[in-house]
Amino acid sequence: MQEVTAQPNAAPQLKIKKPQRSSELKKRIWRNKWLYVMLTPGVLYFIIFKYFPMYGLIISFQDYKPYKGIMGSEWVGLQHFQRLFTEADFLNILSNTLILFGMNLLFYFPVPIILALMLNELRGTFFKRFFQTLVYIPHFMSWVIIVSISFVMVTMDGGIINELLTYFGFEKVNFLLSPGWFRPMYIIQIIWREAGWGTIIYLASIAAIDPGLYEAARMDGAGRLRQIWHITLPAIRGVIVTLFILKIGSVLDLGFEHVYLLLNSMNREVAEIIDTYVYTAGMRQGKFSYSTAIGFFKSIIGLIMVMAVNKISKKMGEEGVY
Amino acid sequence: MVEDRTIGGRIFAAINFTLLAIIALITVLPFIHVVAGSFTTSAELAANKFVLIPKVWSFEAYKFIFSTNTIFRAMGVSIGITLVGTLLSMFVTALMAYGLSRRDLDGRNIVNFLVVFTMLFHGGMIPTFLVVKELGLIDSYAALILPSTISAFNMIILRSFFQNIPEGLEESAKIDGCTDFGILFKIVLPLSLPAIATISLYYSVTYWNTYMNAILYLDDSAKWPIQVLLRQIVVLASGMDYSSTLDAAVPPPDQSLKMAVIVVATLPILMVYPFLQKHFAKGAMLGSMKG
Repeated sequence: MQEVTAQPNAAPQLKIKKPQRSSELKKRIWRNKWLYVMLTPGVLYFIIFKYFPMYGLIISFQDYKPYKGIMGSEWVGLQHFQRLFTEADFLNILSNTLILFGMNLLFYFPVPIILALMLNELRGTFFKRFFQTLVYIPHFMSWVIIVSISFVMVTMDGGIINELLTYFGFEKVNFLLSPGWFRPMYIIQIIWREAGWGTIIYLASIAAIDPGLYEAARMDGAGRLRQIWHITLPAIRGVIVTLFILKIGSVLDLGFEHVYLLLNSMNREVAEIIDTYVYTAGMRQGKFSYSTAIGFFKSIIGLIMVMAVNKISKKMGEEGVY
Repeated sequence: MVEDRTIGGRIFAAINFTLLAIIALITVLPFIHVVAGSFTTSAELAANKFVLIPKVWSFEAYKFIFSTNTIFRAMGVSIGITLVGTLLSMFVTALMAYGLSRRDLDGRNIVNFLVVFTMLFHGGMIPTFLVVKELGLIDSYAALILPSTISAFNMIILRSFFQNIPEGLEESAKIDGCTDFGILFKIVLPLSLPAIATISLYYSVTYWNTYMNAILYLDDSAKWPIQVLLRQIVVLASGMDYSSTLDAAVPPPDQSLKMAVIVVATLPILMVYPFLQKHFAKGAMLGSMKG
């Protein structure tokens, strides 16, 4: 401030420039007033349904009582977060979540890649289209539908799988209520619903490969498998790495609906994950604050993972995720 | 792929084709089994194991379904929220996407950031529930629509699409005296029909599949959409929590009835799928590249 008054030349300049800028800005804003009107409903939506809940996270530092509200509830500091790491329940759901995620990575992740490679090797475009159309379908079914279909197939009373088992002389298996079958069923349903849809991005990046490369490889006597190994796979390596990294970023985010639908009192020990536990503890048992703390923990880990993973991906020379 | 006429190439192609055919069958057989099973009796189902084409046709299951009020009403709720929700979502999403697509708009970067941030971090289930409750939306159909009016992902796809429309078009319309609303509705939207179609179909599938919002925000079972009813009839009846949630005196519904309910809950998607199919791959691509 003092410097400005000490230099008489600078002061008038600033004075003239500043009003000009703000009046230009005002003019621009006024000219675009209808655009701001257009943004309003959307911005309101994000404030109300996305940012208010973020504000609501503070109840995880409180002993929240619905009738007292956020303003009136008592503050308890980090008590709920400390509880997370001492309670056996939480450690169990954390390990369930991590195991399901690991299975996801191991058994689901490679499937769309393999399927895309296979689809790409199809000769006729008709069959390619036909198969693609078929394997995309389940993606549009809700989890309720996917889970319902598998339930009517594996149920003890008249489900086709159990009927076949008895037909071939095996014992019936209670797939729905045995904890041992929860994880296999979970992963099979994911593959069934998403594998086809997952091929889209791989197929697109395969389509961008220069056909000359294949031509040259054939000249050198490379068969189909060698062409896949030496041309197609290296060409889509970037996409595979990016999607893999993206997946790692969502480690605790398995989604609520699917697991919730498979969950019952018999398989709770292996099936309860963070997302379903937030529901059980919060909505069913009314532990609002504790359950919000769990959700908060999950969101923070998610944010850190995505940011870290984005950095790693850029360091590795791949395109960042955002 | 260029034709490969060597013996090895042919064997490879044959094996590949066969495997893909098996995969395609595994994908669709369960659906066919369910559809066929819904058109036959449970006795027939039990006798023939895997029914693909019913020997004895029976419409009993459907007759029963539509003789009760419950499923009619749930279908009505689902159709209603799908229509209203999709229209509202499209309207609000298009307005916002268009505003943000205009590079000369001051403050667009802040809004863009606020939108993207919601994809990375969110308040979670309980705080969102409390907001919905505070707004007095519990047990209202609005609770099935309003909390998920805009998908940030869809908005960003649409915004990128709008950004690719040549600016010259908008400039000249402006010179001709067109307002921003006029430009959006008369020029930009008609030019973006493929994107509009894709996004509306994404929204309508989401609304048709609404499940979580319903179990969180509805206590009144008379307002259940079809997905929640489907879960009550099939999933709970198959587990052992059945008696605790439904009336214990009523026997669990039989197989063909469950299958018929699945078919009814799936049908609308199977009907729009052919229309959807033309566009969605492009939309998904755009989303995965620019999201």
